[in-house]
Amino acid sequence: MTLSSTQLQTLRLVAGLMVPASSGYGVPGADDPAIVADMEATLGRDAAAVAAALDALSLRAGGVFAALNPEARMDVALALRAEGGAAMATLARVVLQCYYRDARVVRSLGIEAGAPFPRGHVLEQGDWSLLEEVKGRAPGWRAPS
Amino acid sequence: MKDIVDVLIIGAGAAGAAMAWSLAETKMRIVCLEQGGWTNPAAYPTTGRDWEARVHGDFHASPNVRGRPEDYPVSEANSPIKVVNFNGVGGSTILYAAHFPRLQPSDFRVRSLDGVAEDWPIDYATLAPWFAENDRMMGVSGLRGDPASPPSDPTMPPLPLGRSGARLGAAMNRLGWHWWPSDTTVATTDYEGRGRCINLGLCVSGCAQGAKSSTDISYWPVARRAGVEVRTHCRVREITTNAQGMASGVVYYDAEGIERFQAAEVVVVACNGVGTPRLLLNSASGRFANGLANSSGQVGRNLMFHPCANVYGYVDAVLDANRAPPLCLWSKEFYETDASRGFLRGYMMQFIRGTGPVSEAIQMEAKGLLPWGAAHHEEFRRRNGHRIGLNALCEDLPEAHNRVTLDDVLKDSHGIPAPRIDYTISANSQRMMDHAVARARDVLGEAGATDICVNAPFTYGGWHLLGTARMGNDPEQSVVNSWGRCHDVKNLFIVDGSIFVTAGGCNPTSTIQALALYIADQMKQRLSTLFD
Repeated sequence: MTLSSTQLQTLRLVAGLMVPASSGYGVPGADDPAIVADMEATLGRDAAAVAAALDALSLRAGGVFAALNPEARMDVALALRAEGGAAMATLARVVLQCYYRDARVVRSLGIEAGAPFPRGHVLEQGDWSLLEEVKGRAPGWRAPS
Repeated sequence: MKDIVDVLIIGAGAAGAAMAWSLAETKMRIVCLEQGGWTNPAAYPTTGRDWEARVHGDFHASPNVRGRPEDYPVSEANSPIKVVNFNGVGGSTILYAAHFPRLQPSDFRVRSLDGVAEDWPIDYATLAPWFAENDRMMGVSGLRGDPASPPSDPTMPPLPLGRSGARLGAAMNRLGWHWWPSDTTVATTDYEGRGRCINLGLCVSGCAQGAKSSTDISYWPVARRAGVEVRTHCRVREITTNAQGMASGVVYYDAEGIERFQAAEVVVVACNGVGTPRLLLNSASGRFANGLANSSGQVGRNLMFHPCANVYGYVDAVLDANRAPPLCLWSKEFYETDASRGFLRGYMMQFIRGTGPVSEAIQMEAKGLLPWGAAHHEEFRRRNGHRIGLNALCEDLPEAHNRVTLDDVLKDSHGIPAPRIDYTISANSQRMMDHAVARARDVLGEAGATDICVNAPFTYGGWHLLGTARMGNDPEQSVVNSWGRCHDVKNLFIVDGSIFVTAGGCNPTSTIQALALYIADQMKQRLSTLFD
């Protein structure tokens, strides 16, 4: 299943409402073309739910979500979000999972972009002396006779 | 001429693998039928940039959501806790968190000590050598000397505490609570051909490094070298019986969907606490009208989860987040019964480091913590990497009305009736979970966390599927005897979590596997009189 051009337009608009670009943090918005393209390309099993959410946005907007001004779009989106439901939750997840794996965004968080494997991470040992206090405790398990 | 195998094992997960490996030394012909396939570590989520997203798709813990061809659906609308599992060689060890506590000695004497449920027909001492053997086979990282646990001897050093563990440990010291670095099957050194942990962080979606011990890379390679045959993508429909009331084999669908019959001298069921009663109930016949091995009426009853209180908050420092195995410590401060708390039995706390950015964003969104619009970035960055949390695994007690039956409508892709779950959280379990949430707030607050979030029960927390074909000495009250043989069918054995009499308050995989090794040993010792 692929999204229609109207649905794609709505997706781009709502994504930008959710996560706008920030010059302060030096990051694109979720309506960035590469990020939206990632959403479209990887919709997979979520396509039907996302399409339903986008159609609901348009319906609530009176027909065409894009026809509203930005403030009205946000009002409509927040109203549907507040009503809950699987479709809007899926739409939000799709936007967020594509946004927060974008290399520019991930790097801005101080995290290396890309797959964890095979690079992995380094985990510091932490303060093992903290355990000395526990070692002195009496046995805490019951031993049935 | 019939092709009869000596031992047919159904299910290649935690228990089936241990059983197969142990029996292999007998040189009997052993075949394992597994409805799923081999997983390819190179295809695990952490090998791709979409590693967090796949947890919501083809690596979701729920078979109903995941929906792979090898998954069977579960009818679970009548349960607040949803079943999670994995179907494939390795079973749910592919997705488990590798937290590896053992049941405590008191867990085997619940009736004697606390006046509820039943005692097991075996005790901790009986299983102790098999716990140790299983630790060696799986490879366990941990630290000797936990004052709240019986002595054990982990094969590798513990995982580092990290920032998260140190912060939590310091908080528990201030509260005067017990805590200890968790036993885990994540390798901290190279071990038996497996590489050491490199902190990929997403243990619960399969370990691409192979540091997490799942039975596809621990038991099965050894068992197969010893001659055990594993047939994948073979889904068993029913266990058949002969005129003598003995199991004669199984009917299954092979990888091409062709119905086949496999004759066997001994059948071992290792399909977990939902799959096993499903199979026994689907094996009803004229002689066993209520389901195979079900003269007691106990097959499918007494389903126990561990109702899980998932509680987390945010501190003012960057912690380990997803940059390490998720679980770091356990606390048994509230494990043993203290009637003054208002409930019987107890729970283990397992402490969680954090999540990656996608998971953090999605969970913030679900909790209503994530602003849309200009405020989004500041709020997200204030929390991302700052999470600290825990799961409290509460001990359910066996109740007959919590059960697995067959759904009247829902079927799997082969037309086999699906399991139906009817389950309610008991008043005792609810009080325990409420207590756990309150104590979780205490410890997380002491660790400096604010904005505490609670998921209790954790909906997709049906990891531990226990009690639905329980062990006992009384054939009228139990399904298998004290060494895993069905009371009703003397060449039919069950070795998975369904034979648990009580659940304990901790992750059960170590105990499930120790039980499987113990039962295999009992079979080997009794080979000449196995069916008497």
